[in-house]
Amino acid sequence: MKQAFDPRRNYARTQKDIGYVPRKKATQADYDRIGFMSGLEVHQQLKTKEKLFCHCPAGFYQKPDEYDAELIRHMRPTLSELGEYDGTALMEFKTRKQIIYQINNRTACTYDVDDTPPFPLNREALEIALEVSLLSKLKVVGEVHITRKQYLDGSIPTGFQRTAIIGVEGEIQLRNKKVRLIQLSIEEDACREVSDIGHVRVYRTDRLGMPLIETVTYPEFKNPGEVKEGADYIRFLNRSTGKVRTGIGSTRADVNVSCRGGTRVEIKGVAHTSWMPELTHNEAFRQWALLNIREKLKERVKDVPEWSISHLEISPREIPFEIPLLQEGRLQHYKMMIVNLPQYGGILSHFTQPGKMFADEISERLMVVACIGFPNMAHSEMLEEQVGKKNWKKIQSLLGSEENDAQLIIWGPEEDIPTALDTIEERCLMAFRGVPNETRKSFDDGTTIFERVLPGADRMYPDTDSAPIPLEDSQIMEISERLPVLVSERISQLMEWNVPEDTFTYILKNNLVPVIEQLQEKCNVPPRFTAILFAHWLKNIEGKYPRLPEFSYNKVVRMIKYLTERNLDLALAKRMLRHLYLYPKMEFESILITIGFKEIPKEEIIRKVPFLVSKYKQIRTSTDDAAGVNWIMGYLSGSAIGNVPLAELSKLIQL
Amino acid sequence: MNEDIFQGYKGRALEVMMKFNARVWAKVRVDSTRGVFEGTILPRAENTDDKHLVLKFFTGYNIGVDIGSITNITELGYKKAVYKIPEKEFPYSEGKPSVKLLGTGGTIASRLDYRTGAVIPAFSPGELYGAVPELADICNLTTEKLFAVFSENMGPEQYKKLAVAIGKEIEKGTDGIIIGHGTDTMHYTSAALTFMVQNSPIPIVLVGSQRSSDRPSSDAALNLMHAATAAGHGDIAEVMICMFGPTSDEYGFLHRGTRVRKMHSSYRSTFRTIGDTPLATVTRAGVFPIKHDYNLRRKDRKVTIMPYYEERVAMIYYYTNMHPDMIDSLVDNGYKGIIIIGTGLGHVNKPLYPAIERAVKKGVAIYMTVQTLWGFVHMFVYDTGRDLMAKGVVPAENMLPETAFIKLSWALGQTTDLEKVKEIMLTPINGEITNREPYNGYLIYQGGVPEVETFIRQFRK
Repeated sequence: MKQAFDPRRNYARTQKDIGYVPRKKATQADYDRIGFMSGLEVHQQLKTKEKLFCHCPAGFYQKPDEYDAELIRHMRPTLSELGEYDGTALMEFKTRKQIIYQINNRTACTYDVDDTPPFPLNREALEIALEVSLLSKLKVVGEVHITRKQYLDGSIPTGFQRTAIIGVEGEIQLRNKKVRLIQLSIEEDACREVSDIGHVRVYRTDRLGMPLIETVTYPEFKNPGEVKEGADYIRFLNRSTGKVRTGIGSTRADVNVSCRGGTRVEIKGVAHTSWMPELTHNEAFRQWALLNIREKLKERVKDVPEWSISHLEISPREIPFEIPLLQEGRLQHYKMMIVNLPQYGGILSHFTQPGKMFADEISERLMVVACIGFPNMAHSEMLEEQVGKKNWKKIQSLLGSEENDAQLIIWGPEEDIPTALDTIEERCLMAFRGVPNETRKSFDDGTTIFERVLPGADRMYPDTDSAPIPLEDSQIMEISERLPVLVSERISQLMEWNVPEDTFTYILKNNLVPVIEQLQEKCNVPPRFTAILFAHWLKNIEGKYPRLPEFSYNKVVRMIKYLTERNLDLALAKRMLRHLYLYPKMEFESILITIGFKEIPKEEIIRKVPFLVSKYKQIRTSTDDAAGVNWIMGYLSGSAIGNVPLAELSKLIQL
Repeated sequence: MNEDIFQGYKGRALEVMMKFNARVWAKVRVDSTRGVFEGTILPRAENTDDKHLVLKFFTGYNIGVDIGSITNITELGYKKAVYKIPEKEFPYSEGKPSVKLLGTGGTIASRLDYRTGAVIPAFSPGELYGAVPELADICNLTTEKLFAVFSENMGPEQYKKLAVAIGKEIEKGTDGIIIGHGTDTMHYTSAALTFMVQNSPIPIVLVGSQRSSDRPSSDAALNLMHAATAAGHGDIAEVMICMFGPTSDEYGFLHRGTRVRKMHSSYRSTFRTIGDTPLATVTRAGVFPIKHDYNLRRKDRKVTIMPYYEERVAMIYYYTNMHPDMIDSLVDNGYKGIIIIGTGLGHVNKPLYPAIERAVKKGVAIYMTVQTLWGFVHMFVYDTGRDLMAKGVVPAENMLPETAFIKLSWALGQTTDLEKVKEIMLTPINGEITNREPYNGYLIYQGGVPEVETFIRQFRK
């Protein structure tokens, strides 16, 4: 007798079929096997006083309810310069979203809401972008052309982002390889999304229009670790100018991933580089899984153009079942449909990502395209059966399903059902072709969900409101003369100083090499000491207490200078640091008093050594001299720290 | 005719292109002292310099390469872009009103013009249906392009042609007329059509957009839908301007053609009725009257077309210390009518008096309007006003300056008898002079006031 189909077993088997390995166990051979390929688009906010195309202040954020007015827009697709409609544009139009902007008078003006044409491009931002372009070895263009890049999701009230290329074709040097850069552009940041429920999406306009640069690499990262290294490098390079923003959300990357035979999928807005390895790993395997699905479908369905879904409306009373979260009330106002997917048996429960299966790909699109919130469907291969075998039997007979078919139950507002059915068929047909071009939203567990159709070059359009800006050789020369040291050179410098490697990220992230260098040159402080002071001790304190606005790295530098000027031992710095961090307004002298430091002449401390040596000899309990030194140091260190280096003192102890 | 293969390039740029045999729309590799750039050569806008070559990079971005830095150009391929709004046949559906769209060259639908780098209008029922398919749900639309001029180039010739074309359409039995128009001078045209097309049985709706339709957030599509609704389904048979009410995509206003003015250089909600309330609001669901004393749609086809216009009419915006030669020079140049836009209640300074006297003696019709835009001319209140009236200046009540200018041109186009002109000027045809000003005809609230801010937060602007 034929064994009944078990979705759980199918899920596990398909996961095994495609050779999925968890990232921790994956090797380069695994990535080579599936042809892992990844590239980055790193966005970095610039530290300018004003926004990019208007004179609103940059960098002020409003709290959720702090808005003065709301306005509504709808976005319509328009033609690109080359006369094409963009795929994303058409999808967004299908979703029929009502876009609401919450405006704060302090942070947004009539330009931001597209009621005034742009003012000339912010020169301060342009100079920073040029600086980063030169550091990235990009070829700087002769004339900057402002282009409109369409975004129909409403994240920008104009419906497009003003953006312009500053340089093309550059490179960055990673530990073991060079990665080529496609381009660097300067652009305005988008709104922050407040909510997106059904057909209403709400945005705040405070971040809108802030100057950004976007560095785009070629897809030359061959494993997830390299992706992170590349992203970190670009982040550090941006920060080495000291002219970029560093708070939450100021650096965000879009990560492009594909596997062999797959297609470019963009994971949007990844805010932490540490998330990248898991995300790219899972995405490459998701594509690998989709290719496996394609092969299975190809075997079963010979005439793809003839393939189509069939559906029927059904009353919820006919198939009584309970879906958790789906409130009774919601169902009452909804229309319910049953859908047959020919030859999709075993496909719906095919593994795609850890904890996810192909059915999720359909459900996610129902939510984004048809605007039907989760849960929006049930299907015949759910791991936890909720509909019941009897109901499925009934559905299958109503639909006239054949043995190898799979079935869905979907529900939603009546006006969204036609789009929902189109969406289901569209996604299933895509499976015959392999991996759809799309952008995906990331989660901290390393999985992603469908966000939008991936836009192409077709969404670019010249900005008829702005004139091109010529970039003269003289201007580029002037900027190249004041460039900071390259990050790759900074890394070699740290290695030469014998600074521990686990401090690199903190130091480069906070652009501290120049500080270390300066303290070495001016005050003769060993680089290793400064590095550890910041990247171990201060980092540790920062992890425990919130940072006050008055505290700055500069205060730490002044503290070290204070100690060296007064010939005090640097060891005091470690004890002072916590007080300086917690009470940044306190004077150094007061901090010294707080930690119980008294200035005692070195000789006076050394004078106590012979007495303690003879005392120890009287009471000694061990033959080990080191124990004696420790015993004596225990008595002396309190008063010695800051007055005499402990290492020097311990050498004077002779037992 | 051979197409220009160096579109827009001139001077040094043209020399370099010819030297390396490079043409527009060619995919090229450009060697330069700043490095190698690859891309498609795009046409260059006319009013830009001759120092840069424009390339479309493979990512879709455009960049300019310094002509002086180019050492070689190699052609790698060629692909000309054809920019075309997809054209679909406008579907006819039984029972829907017939609406005619007359095109004058506004930005209802537009495409990129490489010559100027700006946008130029594209226009046909098929193109419009391709861009705004919702129109087919509202009406059966046909279009006719009368001319293609920018808003600022509209003038008497166009007003007259429009009036005649409208007359013909009404005769043909059309249910409503839409006129696509640039927004800058739309209120001049709406005034002109009010005077030239009298007693229309159907709505005549002027519409445009403040954001060109080549941008996703354009107001063009919604304005057009509103206009089609007003023209096809509304019962207000007047010449109206239909543009955004608030800046949000919510509803449109129908403004009476003689009382409306463009009040912001770039806002979507730029058109405002001055000294009265708008006629109605309009959404895709229909027209919702605010005023109730409008001309109702009729079944008959009776209409009076009066395409008259005298071009020698000027407007003078009075400023302090204006010298009399400003008026003298108009008179000496044969002007037959002058609209003065005076200060306050309708004043100018004394040194102009002799010039005004001389003008009146020479038979020039002079009318007074106000810079304040809101409110009536009141020339009895101060001596200055009484003096001016004594010298022959006629107060134009609360006519808007532009409306008065158009009306005087129209009146002088019919007769040279100044008494008749005065009768025409002071007998309102459709709301250009109102006998009273409602209290809610003047509402300019100021931001920052708590109750105003509360209001703005509650109702989308």
